[in-house]
Amino acid sequence: MSKLSPVLSAHWDEPDSFTIAGYKRHGGYNAAIKALAMQPDEVITLIKDSGLRGRGGAGFPTGLKWSFIPQGDGKEHYLVINADESEPGTCKDTPLLMANPHVLLEGMIIASYAIRANQAFIYIRGEVVHVVRRVQQAIAEAYSAGLLGKNIGGTGFDLDIILHVGAGAYICGEETALLDSLEGFRGQPRLRPPFPAIAGLYARPTVVNNVESIASVPAIIARGNDWFQTMGTEKSRGFTLYSLSGHVTNPGQIEAPLGITLRELLELAGGVRAGHTLKFWTPGGSSTPLFTAEHLDVPLDYEGVAAAGSMLGTKALQIFDETTCIVRAVLRWTEFYKHESCGKCTPCREGTWWLVQIIRDLEAGKGVPADLDKLIDITNNIAGRSFCALADGAASPIISSIKYFRSEYEAHLTHGGCPFDPMASTLFSTAVHA
Amino acid sequence: MSYSTEQVATMDSIIGRYPRKRSAIMPLLHYVQAISGYITTEGIEEIAKKLELSTAEVTAVSTFYTQYKTAPVGDYHVGVCTNTLCAVMGGDLIFDAVSDHLGIENDGVTADGKVSLERIECNAACDYAPVVMVNWEFFDNQTVQSVKDLVDGARGGNPPAPTRGPKTLRTWKENSAVLAGLSDGLAGEGPSAGPSTLLGLNLSKEGK
Repeated sequence: MSKLSPVLSAHWDEPDSFTIAGYKRHGGYNAAIKALAMQPDEVITLIKDSGLRGRGGAGFPTGLKWSFIPQGDGKEHYLVINADESEPGTCKDTPLLMANPHVLLEGMIIASYAIRANQAFIYIRGEVVHVVRRVQQAIAEAYSAGLLGKNIGGTGFDLDIILHVGAGAYICGEETALLDSLEGFRGQPRLRPPFPAIAGLYARPTVVNNVESIASVPAIIARGNDWFQTMGTEKSRGFTLYSLSGHVTNPGQIEAPLGITLRELLELAGGVRAGHTLKFWTPGGSSTPLFTAEHLDVPLDYEGVAAAGSMLGTKALQIFDETTCIVRAVLRWTEFYKHESCGKCTPCREGTWWLVQIIRDLEAGKGVPADLDKLIDITNNIAGRSFCALADGAASPIISSIKYFRSEYEAHLTHGGCPFDPMASTLFSTAVHA
Repeated sequence: MSYSTEQVATMDSIIGRYPRKRSAIMPLLHYVQAISGYITTEGIEEIAKKLELSTAEVTAVSTFYTQYKTAPVGDYHVGVCTNTLCAVMGGDLIFDAVSDHLGIENDGVTADGKVSLERIECNAACDYAPVVMVNWEFFDNQTVQSVKDLVDGARGGNPPAPTRGPKTLRTWKENSAVLAGLSDGLAGEGPSAGPSTLLGLNLSKEGK
């Protein structure tokens, strides 16, 4: 029997999968009609009982998040979808929305109904124009079909969806920065509490969910929890998108039950590129501590990855072989965090700056032995000391890489710079030499 | 310049999408770029007037986000991903080669105003590395040569089509209008998914 479980990706190979006709051909929007005939609280309970957890990184139970919205408070409630996919290595929501934006819209109808929201937003990053086009068209099609707007399907439920396009700021993937950005401010994180469930968008109760989390909802409503729970592990139920990239023979999206291992996924993807061996990998984007070949059999679910010292994150499996210099890789990620630090909190703003300078010196052969301890010291002084987790993310690759590859850092000192040939790690080294 | 009646009406319609008008600041900034190619003083002033904000408040927002440009970019704005994964797989070589080829540095624009160059961060297409974005359209699985050909085509007014996008590459200003929320009717062009996107689905169909 296949190890795979294409649900979200089941029809992506059809040329019109992104249209309403293509979506409806496979039962699209039937789950929304079914949910609108239930009581909102029944929908929340069903999703809570399903075991669906957030697919954006933190793994918070989706139904539980919905249940935090106060009811009968006489205030507007909002659903906001985080489609600001920017974590390095993460590339699942973008192809999902390109191939099937309607599944997100259907999930949004269901979620909005459950939390009693009549306005919902999609905050999508601005650097993916064609995905923006697809979502725009899908929203227009859903309005024309009476699936958005007033009195959806004659149920009396009203919902408007507003597409909001970002403008290039990784930090807006952090939910409170996203809300500030959506309100028309610089995208800087807020101090919590209050949490968005109490004071979110426009200080109203707000649920912020990842694209994949909400896109998983229609299938659960349509096929039930018994079906959903046949996939995954005890505390990590269901199917999910794993994104393989880097030095792998066939990179791409693989939808599988939670708990599959990298060994199994690599086998499916043809292994590490020919003639090379696995050196290190990220389980869930650059903010999750690195793994090595010793972690090939770690179950890729929330508990399994955490028990091995990292985080499932966005399931962005970036694979690097032995040609890759760890210092170069970590330097580039650190430069990213420095560039994307919003500047609000001093430890993050200043700390990421210092980290870059030290690692740059190491990579250039200008480091000194004490630099490694200084790196650890700085990461300890920025992680957990800011409003949001960006600095924690910056610390992850540094701490984990020094743990596994300290001798390679030290080789940069004795070698007087990077001992690696950067050409060897490229996909087209022979073409360049020719 | 002052904005035409039609442009002002478009701005009003953008503001009308939101429950509170300040939320319209980002699409309005995209719209200013659709008209002028970058964030002009006139644009800042018009947005401030419409949203009842100071120009300082609007500028504070526009300068926070890297997609809002303070000076004109080329008709074809080329972003080479040099975040870790793309850099290692070839993005660094591509950037250096194209920078040499065009004779411009990061954030530079060719003298003819046709092409500009930027190092970009991860653009959510890592399974197609090395990735290049032109006017925020996907050019997947790039090589040094393919990107040289791409910019040569762009300078000659005949750029290649994106890998996953419309049949014809649109200009920076045209795509900025899409980001402002104005449809160009091209959503139906291009594939539903690229080959890497379909990896798992195809494997499951093979019974793997």
